[in-house]
Amino acid sequence: MVRPVSISDTFETATFSGENLTCRRGGRMVFTQLHFSVAAGGAIVLRGPNGSGKTTLLRLMAGLARPVTGQLKWSGAALEDSDAHGKHLRFIGHLDAIKPAFTVRENLTFWRDFWNTGDASRVVDAMEAFGLAALADFPARLLSAGQRHRLALARLIASPAPLWLLDEPANALDDRSLNALTRTIADHRAKGGMVILASHGADLVSGGTTLALDKFTPTEVMQWDET
Amino acid sequence: MSVFTALLSRDLKLALRQSADSLTVIAFFAIATVLFPFGVGPEAEVLSRIAAGVVWVAALLAALLSLDRVFTVDFEDGTLDQLLLNGQSMTLVVLAKVIAHWLTTGVPLIIMSPVLAVTLQLPAEGYGTLVLALLLGTPTVSLVGALGAALVLGARRGGVLLSLLVLPLYIPVLIFGTAAVEAALTGMPSAPMLSILGGFALIAVTLCPFGTAAALRQAAE
Repeated sequence: MVRPVSISDTFETATFSGENLTCRRGGRMVFTQLHFSVAAGGAIVLRGPNGSGKTTLLRLMAGLARPVTGQLKWSGAALEDSDAHGKHLRFIGHLDAIKPAFTVRENLTFWRDFWNTGDASRVVDAMEAFGLAALADFPARLLSAGQRHRLALARLIASPAPLWLLDEPANALDDRSLNALTRTIADHRAKGGMVILASHGADLVSGGTTLALDKFTPTEVMQWDET
Repeated sequence: MSVFTALLSRDLKLALRQSADSLTVIAFFAIATVLFPFGVGPEAEVLSRIAAGVVWVAALLAALLSLDRVFTVDFEDGTLDQLLLNGQSMTLVVLAKVIAHWLTTGVPLIIMSPVLAVTLQLPAEGYGTLVLALLLGTPTVSLVGALGAALVLGARRGGVLLSLLVLPLYIPVLIFGTAAVEAALTGMPSAPMLSILGGFALIAVTLCPFGTAAALRQAAE
């Protein structure tokens, strides 16, 4: 059911970096003075205890949240316009963005058409890569948690983008799907893609940089006092 | 434009699959209107006097009922995050959502309105103008309503908050919408009122999508 899919496309060489990032959520400093940099083919694994800001950092990298200080750079150029940054990346978070009324195929086709990268046949490739081909015409409301998560991950293949931001991508996956994910990530990096993922357990990447977020947690709880 | 066309066709397809949502709105519109003959009595003079106003008020309330859901579902299931990462322009996303809302609620309300006007004894001269006024006024309702819906996104009891925020903004549309029908009934030209309604729609379409896009970005943060 799960078979490796090799897709012949490569990404332009790019780098993605962040400098001096400070982030605050609800008056609490989550992390300060954080730097990261990833080049084509590279990977970063974000590690840290619950609440250390892994999800916050990923959303910040996606441009969905804004840092208090610091900036993000794409190939050395500062990212000001968050609308344009969207075309560089795919973000897979905790929420799977699946419409229960649509079938598996319809869900994937919509996102491929929406981003309009890669050709239409990639929807099939994506379903095969994550073992969803047999469920193609199944309404998404009947999927299990793991299948829903696989459908969310299949978007990575259906509509390619150089940077993948994955928040706990191993959640709810069985061994076979974990292998498929590991292979997909390796494949993506081999083509010059970049992967940044938050993870607690399984090693999904080989030879990536590890970024321990608790190192950037402010030592004393700094309150942002407006007065 | 892929962002716009893909999202518009997705929303229309979803509305068709989940047609109960649109039907509820139309049923609400019908019931709210039909309550009036029971409340004020069946006298033709009284009813025909208030017909245009009742249809307009009921249409506004029915639209409000559906506006609550324009962004909530996408917000809750994570679709909104993905829509924000469209890579082109968030304004296009908003326009697609608003046009889909108008096609799935505004248009059915417009189609229903002459039928309901019959139950309210609206004189024959008023029908054409009523439909025309709704046709020009409902886009503003969708555009302003979407802005309100984006602003209250994520708030508790957002639906109630939305009505408090948006209904006052509908007053100008209501005034000129009913005035246009009134003019047609008394033999006066209704074109000035209709032009003003068209003007409102133009102002709304140039300003609201930008505000809505900014509010959605804020809601995701």
